[in-house]
Amino acid sequence: MKAELSQEWITICEQQDLTPNAGTCVQFNKEQVAIFFCQRNKSLYAVANFDPIGQANVISRGIMGSIQGKTYVSSPLYKQHFDLITGECLESPEHSLKTYAVRVDDELIQLKEAC
Amino acid sequence: MSKQRIIVVGNGMVGHKFIDTIISDDSVDYEVITFSEESRLAYDRVQLSYFFSGKSADDLALTDATYYQENGIKFVLNDKVVDLDFANKQVVTQSGRIEDYDKLVLATGSFPFVPPIPGNDQEHCHVYRTIDDLEGITESGKTSKVGVVIGGGLLGLEAGNALVNLGLETHIVEFAPRLMAVQLDDGGGALLRRKIEDLGVKVHTEKATSEIVAGEFCRYRMNFADGSFLETDTIIFSAGIRPQDELARSSGLTIGERGGIVINNHCQTSVADVYAIGECALWENFIFGLVAPGYQMAKVAASHIKGEAKHVFTGADMSTKLKLLGVDVASIGEVHGRTAGAQSYTYHDEIEQVYKRLIVSADGKKVVGAVLVGDVEAYGSLLQLMLNDMDLPENPSALILPTAGDEQASGLGVEALPDSASICSCFDVSKGDIKEAVAAGCTSMSELKGSTNVSTGCGGCSSLAKQVLDSELANLGFEVKNDICEHFAYSRHELVDIIRVKKIKTFDEMLNRCGEGLGCEICKPAVGSILASYWNDYVLEDAHIELQDTNDIYLGNMQKDGTYSVVPRVAGGEITPDKLIVLGSVAKEFDLYTKLTGGQRVDLFGAQLHELPIIWKKLIDAGFETGHAYGKSLRTVKSCVGSTWCRYGVKDSVGFAIEIENRYKGLRSPHKIKFGVSGCTRECAEAQTKDVGLIATDKGWNMYVCGNGGMRPRHGDLFATDLTDEMLQKYTDRFLMFYIRTADRLQRTSVWLENLEGGLDYLREVIIEDKLNIAEELESEMAENIKNYQCEWKTTIESPEKMKRFKHFANSEELDNSLSFTTQREQRFPSSKASAQPIKIIELTE
Repeated sequence: MKAELSQEWITICEQQDLTPNAGTCVQFNKEQVAIFFCQRNKSLYAVANFDPIGQANVISRGIMGSIQGKTYVSSPLYKQHFDLITGECLESPEHSLKTYAVRVDDELIQLKEAC
Repeated sequence: MSKQRIIVVGNGMVGHKFIDTIISDDSVDYEVITFSEESRLAYDRVQLSYFFSGKSADDLALTDATYYQENGIKFVLNDKVVDLDFANKQVVTQSGRIEDYDKLVLATGSFPFVPPIPGNDQEHCHVYRTIDDLEGITESGKTSKVGVVIGGGLLGLEAGNALVNLGLETHIVEFAPRLMAVQLDDGGGALLRRKIEDLGVKVHTEKATSEIVAGEFCRYRMNFADGSFLETDTIIFSAGIRPQDELARSSGLTIGERGGIVINNHCQTSVADVYAIGECALWENFIFGLVAPGYQMAKVAASHIKGEAKHVFTGADMSTKLKLLGVDVASIGEVHGRTAGAQSYTYHDEIEQVYKRLIVSADGKKVVGAVLVGDVEAYGSLLQLMLNDMDLPENPSALILPTAGDEQASGLGVEALPDSASICSCFDVSKGDIKEAVAAGCTSMSELKGSTNVSTGCGGCSSLAKQVLDSELANLGFEVKNDICEHFAYSRHELVDIIRVKKIKTFDEMLNRCGEGLGCEICKPAVGSILASYWNDYVLEDAHIELQDTNDIYLGNMQKDGTYSVVPRVAGGEITPDKLIVLGSVAKEFDLYTKLTGGQRVDLFGAQLHELPIIWKKLIDAGFETGHAYGKSLRTVKSCVGSTWCRYGVKDSVGFAIEIENRYKGLRSPHKIKFGVSGCTRECAEAQTKDVGLIATDKGWNMYVCGNGGMRPRHGDLFATDLTDEMLQKYTDRFLMFYIRTADRLQRTSVWLENLEGGLDYLREVIIEDKLNIAEELESEMAENIKNYQCEWKTTIESPEKMKRFKHFANSEELDNSLSFTTQREQRFPSSKASAQPIKIIELTE
């Protein structure tokens, strides 16, 4: 069932529901996903909302930023950095975040499982 | 030819220093074996007392097994050397091990002298030398109410501090008529006593303990020779040290009349190829009980063994500067009037409790000695004058008088020091060494410490070393880099100036004008805080959202499970029964864990995002407002009950605390700010541990600044006395805005002051004398801030748009289903997490 769903883009919310340069938590296929909208480079990112180090659903509430060109979110609990494109934890790569495909289509935010 | 074999008996600080010196020279290769009767390799005995403020044995370690292994050093712990066979050049240990040597170095140190008092060997009688001793003292502390230190010398006072830290009623018993009899004169000793007694430690001088027997009220009773007695549960002996020369003595080395292995200027003993260094060695009939001379001996012995004879030991300076029980004390040179014709200058301020005495030569040209208690600023200058045999300035009294205005006038500019001037005596680092290190690329204190070890021993030279570093950097034309992060090539102070002068109102503007990249969790909140300090916008304006930590966005403190805490303001800690009932009923309705905070208010834990606005609506309707517990801003103004109820109070401390809290609430700053207001000198509000502390006197308010509790406690400095309400408000306005303008991010006022060039005197010049001519500007900035205050929670719940943020999912009404709770002591707690591994917190401070 899930495999089928993952092929499809699913509309999640409207673009105006997202806060520029910050994260938003949404529900997608019963999973918690953190979507980040970077207004400065006009990019969208989607990663799992569960912080594998702090063990809580808080990633969407972290601060976004960049380190030497890499866009990341910093966990609000213990401040580890996660690359928003790869999901990799820059301090301990064994704790990485699942990533999702995200796009905006006619001002609607859509998600699907990453290929 | 096989390698030369060196055996080092004793692995204390000096033994380790010798090994470190020998192996750091790559041109020679020795086989080194070291023996220790302790179970640990060398650790820092100078810093031993830090064991009681949380440092572990590992933190104190000077080396570790890996380092020794990597450098090919064999070490044998827990095995004491019991015999030296000079004829066969062998050592024999307790376990029967026999090892050959080519060169033998004895670094057996000293042992604490325990006076032969009947009853001195009971279970809770200790000495103060090793980590094991400290562990024993800690154990005894658990079953004790009262503790006594026998001996009021330097180490005795350290031991006294340990007892205070363990929470015991602490007494110091000294045989001599004054404390620190060796280092201080009568005046200094008396002031030190007064200061220590003010801290609650009881000092008994001219007491000779005659026996220790069972006590009536405590575990033991100490009977004194004069017929009086003292009861205690724990005793620490700190009556001096004796050289550990037993092994040398039994093996036939020449020993001094009163102990100590006799050595010459090369640290050689009476037997060929045998050296003695450190506290076990006797040079010219003198034992050096400090680490710095021991280190010098280690260098001398190492150089002699290598055949260089580059260094000789010609005695050592015994000057010391240290903090004992929070009191600054320093002693330089000879202070007991043994120098013929010496004269002295004395400065004694009974109000500020400062004593300084400068002893000069008969011709008035050179420093002979000095005693400093309560203010040791002059230590560095005076010591350098003495060590380098420099001529005193024309008016020597200026060296110990309080500095009025120009700091440089009385102090000694580091430029004036010769390159040979010793800056750090623990590690024998000269000004020339620092110059070399700077020339080789050192630009910060931490780099300098790494390359030269300067200031890593007792730390007494850190400010002098920093001055030399800065002056050298300036000489080489370096610009000291202070960038806040990779996105802005500016310090926080510079960002403040840019924002103020260019009237920048958003992060975007800031990034476009002078930054690059997307920002980060360091510069974003810093800029957010500055914008809030200067324009005092509602922090949740859309343009500012991205700058805020989650705590600021959701106006609560995130807890480990992702829920938040709720802390309404309870100004001055005063609350009506009705309001207290509201807090209780709200907590009950939302099942919030409830706890009182140290700042005299109530913390409610475990609120989920969607509950936060409902909870706050109820609180605001009942007359509460946000407590800013989540913000880098004014937290609480703690107060005692004051003159309205208290029999002793001289002013209405609660009323004044409420006024202050309402004046500065919501003010955004580089870090949190706390106030305390005490209604009399009994100081029940603990105001001296706050950023701003006010203590009522019969003439007005005494204002203390830059105190701190927490991880690195610091007593506030007395800034101004007997202020009227109006003056106090002016000074506080200026002080806070000046701090906000110039501090680094996440820098509390305590650290800010310590880093402020010119220190407290400079701060007084800016705030009180208005040296920079900015007082009016600072006051008007504060007035603007106060005018723009809003309760962020009130603004939030009044805006349907803002309220949208307070739900877990943007696209669903469901809640976070991963939360789970347990019940303990009738309240709700988060269930413990599956991962029990320690979590490494990423430090954002550097």
